[in-house]
Order: sequence, then structure tokens, then C-alpha cells
Amino acid sequence: MADKIIDLVNITKSFDGEKALDGVNLYVRRKEFVTLLGPSGCGKTTLLRLIAGFDKPDSGDILFEGERINDVPPYKRRVNTVFQKYSLFPHMNVYDNVAFGLNIKKKDKAFIDKKVKEMLELVNLAGFEKREVESLSGGQQQRIAIARALVNEPEVLLLDEPLAALDLKLRKEMQLELKKMQQQLGITFVFVTHDQEEALTMSDTVVVMNKGHIVQIGTPVDVYNEPINAYVADFIGESNILPGVMHADYRCSFAGREFVCVDGGFMKDENVEIVLRPEDLDITPEGKGMLQGVVESILFMGVHYEIRVRINDDLVLTVHSTDAVLEGARVGIDIEPDAIHVMKLSDMPLATEEELEVAADYEA
Amino acid sequence: MKRSYFAAPYLLWMSLFILVPLGIIVYYAMTAVSPDGSFVFTLENLVKAFDPLYMGILGRSVYLALIATILCLLIGYPVALILTSKNFKKGSLIVILFVLPMWMNFLLRTYALINILDSGGVMHQFLGLFGIENPKLLYNSFAIILGLVYNYLPFMILPIHSAMSKIDGGLIEAAEDLGANSWNVFRRVRFPLSLPGVISGITMVFMPAVTTFAVSRLLGGSNFMMYGDVIENQFFFMRDWHFGATLSLVMMILMLASSFLFRKYQGDDDGGVLW
Repeated sequence: MADKIIDLVNITKSFDGEKALDGVNLYVRRKEFVTLLGPSGCGKTTLLRLIAGFDKPDSGDILFEGERINDVPPYKRRVNTVFQKYSLFPHMNVYDNVAFGLNIKKKDKAFIDKKVKEMLELVNLAGFEKREVESLSGGQQQRIAIARALVNEPEVLLLDEPLAALDLKLRKEMQLELKKMQQQLGITFVFVTHDQEEALTMSDTVVVMNKGHIVQIGTPVDVYNEPINAYVADFIGESNILPGVMHADYRCSFAGREFVCVDGGFMKDENVEIVLRPEDLDITPEGKGMLQGVVESILFMGVHYEIRVRINDDLVLTVHSTDAVLEGARVGIDIEPDAIHVMKLSDMPLATEEELEVAADYEA
Repeated sequence: MKRSYFAAPYLLWMSLFILVPLGIIVYYAMTAVSPDGSFVFTLENLVKAFDPLYMGILGRSVYLALIATILCLLIGYPVALILTSKNFKKGSLIVILFVLPMWMNFLLRTYALINILDSGGVMHQFLGLFGIENPKLLYNSFAIILGLVYNYLPFMILPIHSAMSKIDGGLIEAAEDLGANSWNVFRRVRFPLSLPGVISGITMVFMPAVTTFAVSRLLGGSNFMMYGDVIENQFFFMRDWHFGATLSLVMMILMLASSFLFRKYQGDDDGGVLW
């Protein structure tokens, strides 16, 4: 197995009787960019705070390079955090903020000068040393927070939704810059976000979480193309999720007819959930295609149109297409076999130990 | 109706009870009664106010107030720190214990203190147990300082406590994350960020302590008069309103000057200021 730097074993953590994390197992490899992804309240930030040492798990072990660090206080851990609210020290200027960690370690003045200068260059804020942090924009403060953490050369950098407060354009820029920095410095990143696009763009490994559980671990491509269940499919990108029946391997039916698909391994006539990505569906002229319907609405989204097509009383499919159609027009929809993702039914989206191992090994 | 009209009652109040009296004080300070009973302009009172006798008392007031302020700070800061610490669950009970005496009139508190310190009082009996017979606890500067600290300690604790509890917990975590142990967190984050409260506390103890009058007279006796006592004397016993007004003016200018000084150190940060 690859070089694990952080290993979380069977972690449980409750706040006021509410389980924030319930039996979480996760390891992070050296130099990996891991993203914890999930809606708010899924436990992703709690997990990050456990690694940083701000909270202690109720049960389970946190291993750092194989050593148990449950009781090691945050200031002794070789990780640094970039906080969502930046948490820059308001009584210090930019230089003193970035130099904070090195000053604590009593490094000599020349060394600190050199490192702070390097870091400010890395985050494109050279020359800002004497500025007060409150005079900086949100994006600049964020960069200072990153510089302040990275200057300590942590083994692992923890990032708690660091881009959430930035506007879209700045966020995109920072995503690329962060990814670049991570590759340049060769530091392990554990990144928390609720933004699936962000997770897919930046990560080596995406960890999808829900209600204190890890639902799926995999590369961005795997998680997007092979979501383990309807929850992941729904959370990662847009999806049409509809009930279906698996008759045999590669043969399923939904929306009132039978389709050829690429999935197998289900029981005969097992009830399943069918996930169709909007961009995998094609609009065809009426009469062609596999399903027929009426265009209920069409919305211009910039790159594509979002078209909602009513198939029958219970079923409306969302289709992304670069071609416009008229509202009220009768159209057909074409579905390729590999566009049909068949999911097992599950009340509570839960990944088993085996599934986690398999998912994680995709990459190894 | 413009919203600024709502300020009218307050402005009226301010003019009637602050600006007009101030003007009267300045007018009295700059005048004297001539033999025919009319007021004439003179700087005589001002010159007299700088007489070594009065300057000495002023010096003593500042000195005693300064000592009391330093003691309040030395006692109050750790108390505020303990109250703010997250391990301290009974914080509110202790706050009430410190605030409770403030619900009583300060004169009552001072009389109580006299009873405690007086010969035959609790302190005498207590110290007697250790063989200290008839210690002189009243009518000296020690008694005045004790009275000042006792009366003004809450005014030191509250603004510091308020400044400390406003410190964002995220900053503490950030400091810990960057390698600071609890001493370093205190030295580099908590303490600097509590300074506005300290400045506010110093202002709120020092200013009223310098101008205090009854406490010093009751606890210090006539040999340890403070500036406030002298002013009181001029108005109520000497019946020299003009000289009393002059001394008040000197006091006010001193207060104004120190207030500007404190504000300068306080900067534009509004953390932990009670007024």
C-alpha cells in the first residue's frame, strides 16, 4: 500500500448527542490532494478539525505517519490549517502574520525574512509586508492565510472551505493557483468544500460524505462517471434519478421501456435506481430516439440550454444541449447504453469497508 | 420628519445640564466679587490654584489614583482572564460577585469598610490573632488606596473581560495551529487583543479615582485630603465658589488631557469599551 501520511481508523465524534462522524475510515497518501466533499453538516469540517487537533474523537484513532496522535495538542502537530474565515491576526501587519509560526519556533531573523519574502512571492503579494491585514481584499487575505500556513512547511496542509467567500472568477483563479502550489511544493493537501465542481477540478481523490459517513472515495473521474449510489450521483453534478428494474445483466427497463445498458451483477428483476446525466441525453426530432416527450421549459445557462422534457405524468427529464428547441415542441430523447448508470437501492447511502478499499485502490 | 430631530431632547439636555454649567464654571473661575458686590474679571484665582499647597494635593491625588489603578489592573486582569477561560464554567457567578457591590451606594460601602478597618473592627481582631496589636489601618494613604481599589475594581474587570470575550476563537485556534502553546497564545494574541479593554479599564478607574472626594475624606481623614475634597471644601465650607470653580477647571483640563492620552493609545479599535 502506498505511503500513508494520515490514517483515520473508525473515527466517531458526537456533539451534544448528535453524531457528526460515525465510524469513519480514511487514509491520505503523501503528496495527495484529497477533497472532503459534502453538504453542510455532513461532518467534513469536523473531520478536518480532528486532524488539526482542535477536537478529539470520541472513539477511533488518528495516525500520523503510523503514530497515534489523538492526544497531541494542535501546536505540536505537523499540520497547518487555512481557515474559512481566514482568521488573520488583526493586530499584526502582513509580515508579522506570515512570520507568526517561524517567530514561535524562534528561527533567526534573516531566515524568517527570506522565508516570508518567498511565501509572499508564491502567493503573488510581494511588497505587501507592511500592509495592515484589514486593508486587504478578501482574496488577498485568503492568500495571506495560505502563506501564513505554508511558511511553516507543514507535512499536511488542511484547508477548510478556503474559497467559499470569494467571488466566482477569483475562486476559479485560486483553484488553479492552489493546485499549482500543491504540485510545486509537494505538500499533502486535505481540502474541505461543499462545491462539487471545485472538488472535481482540484483533487487527486474525492471523498464524498453524508451525515457523518463516507459514501464514496475515488478519483474525480470515477466519482463522476461511476457514482456508487444515487446520493453521490445527485450531489456530484446534475442527474435525472428514476426508478427502474434490472432484468438481467446489461438489460434494464425504466420510463416504460427496455434499454440495453453496460451494468451487470444484479439479481433478476431487482428494483434499482437509474441515473442519467443531463449532458449524456440527446434531443432528437419527434419519432426518433428512445423516449418521446414535450418540451416543458428551456433555460439558457451560458454554455448550454437546460431543457426539461416531460415524458409522462410522473417523469420529467432534464437535458443539457447546445441546441435550442421551442417550448411545447414534441421531441425525442436518445440514450446511449453507457449513459445509463444503474444504482442499487439504498435508504441510507453507506459505503461498506470493501467498497471503500476498492474505490481507494482505483488510484493506487 | 428628519431622523436627526429625534436627537433634539438629548441635545437640549446636553446644553442645559452640561454646556451651560460648564460655561458658568469658566465664568466663575475667571471672576471675583468686587467690594460693591459685582463680578469683575481676574486671573487671581488661577494663579492661586497653582500655589504649591494645591499642586501638592493634586500631585497626591494623581499618585494615589495611579497606585489604585495599578493595583486594580494587577488584580483585575487575572480575574478577567480566569472569567474568560473556557474551562471556567461558573464565570457568570463570579461576575455577579464582583458586580454585586456596585448595586450598593459607594458611601455605604465605604462606611462598611471603615467599620471593618476601625479599631475593634474585624480586621483588628483578625490581625490580633497573629499578634499584631492595634495596627493603624485607617486615616492614612493605605486606607484611601484600599477604598479606591474596593470601589473601582469592577470598572477594571468588566471592560477587560468584555474585550477578552470578544476575541474570535478562530484566532486562538489559528495561533495554536501555527505552533503556539498556551503561553505564546496569551503573549502574542490574547494579551495584545485585550489591550483596548485594559486602556478602557484604566480610564474608568483612574479618572474617577483622581476626582474622588468622600472616600478619601472618610478613610483618609483631614491629613490625606484629595483634590476632590479641596473642591468640595471651597464650595461647602469656605463658600468661595470662584476659587472652587477654578480648581474644578484645573481638574477638568487634567482629565481632558489624560482622556486624550488614553484615547490615543486605544486607537480606533472599539473592542471592550464600556462608554
